[in-house]
Amino acid sequence: MKTFDLKIVWTALGYLLKAAVLMIFIFPFLWMISTSLQTFRETMTFPPTWIPASPQWGNFAEAMNAGPFLTYFRNSVVVTGSIIVLQFLIMIPAAYAFAKYKFRGKTLLFGMILLAFMIPGQVTFIPVYLMMADWGLVKTLLPQIIPFVSNAFGIFLLRQYFMQIPEEIIEAARLDNASEFKIIRKIMIPMSKPALATIALFSFVSHWNDYFWPLVMTDSAAVRPLTLGIAMLRETEGISNWHIIMAGNVILVVPILLVYLFCSKHIVKAFVYSGIK
Amino acid sequence: MDKRRIWEGIRPYVLIAPAMAGILLFVMYPVGYLIYLSLFKYNLMNKDKSKFVGLDNFTQILGRGDFYKALWNTSVYTAGVVILTMLLSLLIAVWLNKKGRFNSVVQAGIFTPHVVSIVSISLVWLWLMEPNQGLLNYLLKLVGLPPSAWLQSSKTALISVIIVSVWQAIGYYTLIIVAALQSISPSIYEAAALDNASKFKVFYKITLPMISPQLFFILIIMTIGSFKVFDTVQVMTGGGPNNATTTLVYYIYGFRTTNIGYSAATGVVLMAIIGLLTFIYFRLLSKKVHYQ
Repeated sequence: MKTFDLKIVWTALGYLLKAAVLMIFIFPFLWMISTSLQTFRETMTFPPTWIPASPQWGNFAEAMNAGPFLTYFRNSVVVTGSIIVLQFLIMIPAAYAFAKYKFRGKTLLFGMILLAFMIPGQVTFIPVYLMMADWGLVKTLLPQIIPFVSNAFGIFLLRQYFMQIPEEIIEAARLDNASEFKIIRKIMIPMSKPALATIALFSFVSHWNDYFWPLVMTDSAAVRPLTLGIAMLRETEGISNWHIIMAGNVILVVPILLVYLFCSKHIVKAFVYSGIK
Repeated sequence: MDKRRIWEGIRPYVLIAPAMAGILLFVMYPVGYLIYLSLFKYNLMNKDKSKFVGLDNFTQILGRGDFYKALWNTSVYTAGVVILTMLLSLLIAVWLNKKGRFNSVVQAGIFTPHVVSIVSISLVWLWLMEPNQGLLNYLLKLVGLPPSAWLQSSKTALISVIIVSVWQAIGYYTLIIVAALQSISPSIYEAAALDNASKFKVFYKITLPMISPQLFFILIIMTIGSFKVFDTVQVMTGGGPNNATTTLVYYIYGFRTTNIGYSAATGVVLMAIIGLLTFIYFRLLSKKVHYQ
C-alpha cells in the first residue's frame, strides 16, 4: 500500500513540475496580454497588477494610431503571400527536374542550391540593397519579396519527396500520353502534399516574423511590415508606455498564435522535419 | 521528331532556370559583389569617387578594438547559447520523451516562442527585465535576492540577451531531440534491460550515441545561427550599454551606410567564419558521430 501512495506522489510531483516548466514558456505571453489591458498607472504600481481592474481596450486603438498600421499590416500580408505563391511556382518544376531527370551539370547545379542554403542574408544584405537601389526598387515591396522566391531549402526538401514517388507511376502516365505538366499537376503535387504544407507553413512563419531583412531593405513607412512598425512603437510612444507597446505587440503576435493553436501539430512537424532531413 | 529530342534535352534546364536565376542573382552574385566592395573605399553618394584600396579595409579590421569587442561578444553569446540550449533541451527531451497527452501539450507550449517574432519576444522580455517596474526584479525581491539591472548594465546585458535567446530556442531543439529519441528502436533498450544495465549507463552507452547525428546537426545550426545574431540585440539593447552587446552582424549593420567598404569587409570575415565553422565541425565530428 505504501509504495502505491509513493507512486501517486511522484506522478503528481512530475505533473506539477511539468506545469511549472510550461508556465515559464507561456507566462510571458499572458503577461503581455495582461499589460496590454492595463492603465499606465497600473503598469507602474508595486506590487504589479496581475489582472487589470477594467480592461483598457482603448490601448489597442492608441497603438494603432501611433503609425500607419493598416499599411504595415497590408505590407506584411502582401509580402508573405507573394513569397509563398512565387516560391511554389519556381520550386515545383525545379524540384521535379532535379528529382526525375538526368542532365549534364546536375550535381554541380544542385550543389549550388545547397551552397546558397548556407549563405545567410546577414552576409548578402549590403550588395542586395545596392542592387535594389540601382534598379530603383527601394520604394516598392519587391526588395522584400524577390530575394526569397527561389527557396533553396524548399527545393531540397521537395526533391527528396519527389524522389520517393515510384518511377513506374510516372512511366505509366507517360505511356498514356500525359504531358510532363500534367504529370506534375496530377501526380507529383497531390502525392507530396505534406511536404508542400510543411514548406508553406515554414515560409509563412519565417517571413511574417522577419525583422532583419525589411529593416535593412526599407527606408519609408509606405513599405514597412508590421514587425518594424511594432518595434518602432518604443520610439513613437515613449519607452515607458508599456501598456501601449504591449497592445501593439498583441496585434503582431495574435495572428501567429491563432494559426499555431489550430495547426500546432502541423507546424511542429514542419519545423522538426526541416531540422532532421 | 527531332524537335522533340531537342526539347527533351533542354527541358530540365528550362524547369530549373527560374530557381537557378534567383540563386545566382540574390546569393552568388551578391557574394562576389560583397568581396568586390570590400576592396573599395566606397562612396554612396557618388559611385565614381569610390577608390580601390586593396586589402586596406581588412588591415583596418584587424587593428580595431571595436571589431575584436564585437567578435568577443559574438563568441561569448554563441558559447552561452549553444551550451545552455543543448543541455536544457536534452534534459527536457529525455524527461518529456514518453508519449502522452500532457507531454505533447508541454512540448507544444515550450515550442510557442519559436513561432513568434523575435521583435515580440524582445519587447516582452524588455518589459519583464525592466529594472524598476519589471516583473523579474519584483520576483527577485520577493525571494529576497537583490534586483538586477539586466539589459541596462554592461555587466549583465549580454547574459540577459543569452537568457532570452535560450528561452526562445529550447522548444525547437527539444522537439528535434524528442523525435530522435522516439526513432530509437525499443528492441535495443530491451536487450539492455536483459543485461540489467543501469539507467545512467543506458543513457551514456545507447541513447547518447544513437542520437549523436541529431546532436551534431543541432550543434552546427545553432553555432552558425548564433553567429548571425542581430534582431534581439537591435530591439533590446541597440548594441549597448557601452558596446557590451555589439555583435558581428550588428557591427556590420552599424557601418552599412557610413562606410560600405569596411562594412562589406566585415561581412566577408563573417562569411569566412561561418564557412570555417561548418568545415571544422564536419571534419572533426564526422569521425566521432555514430551513424546507423
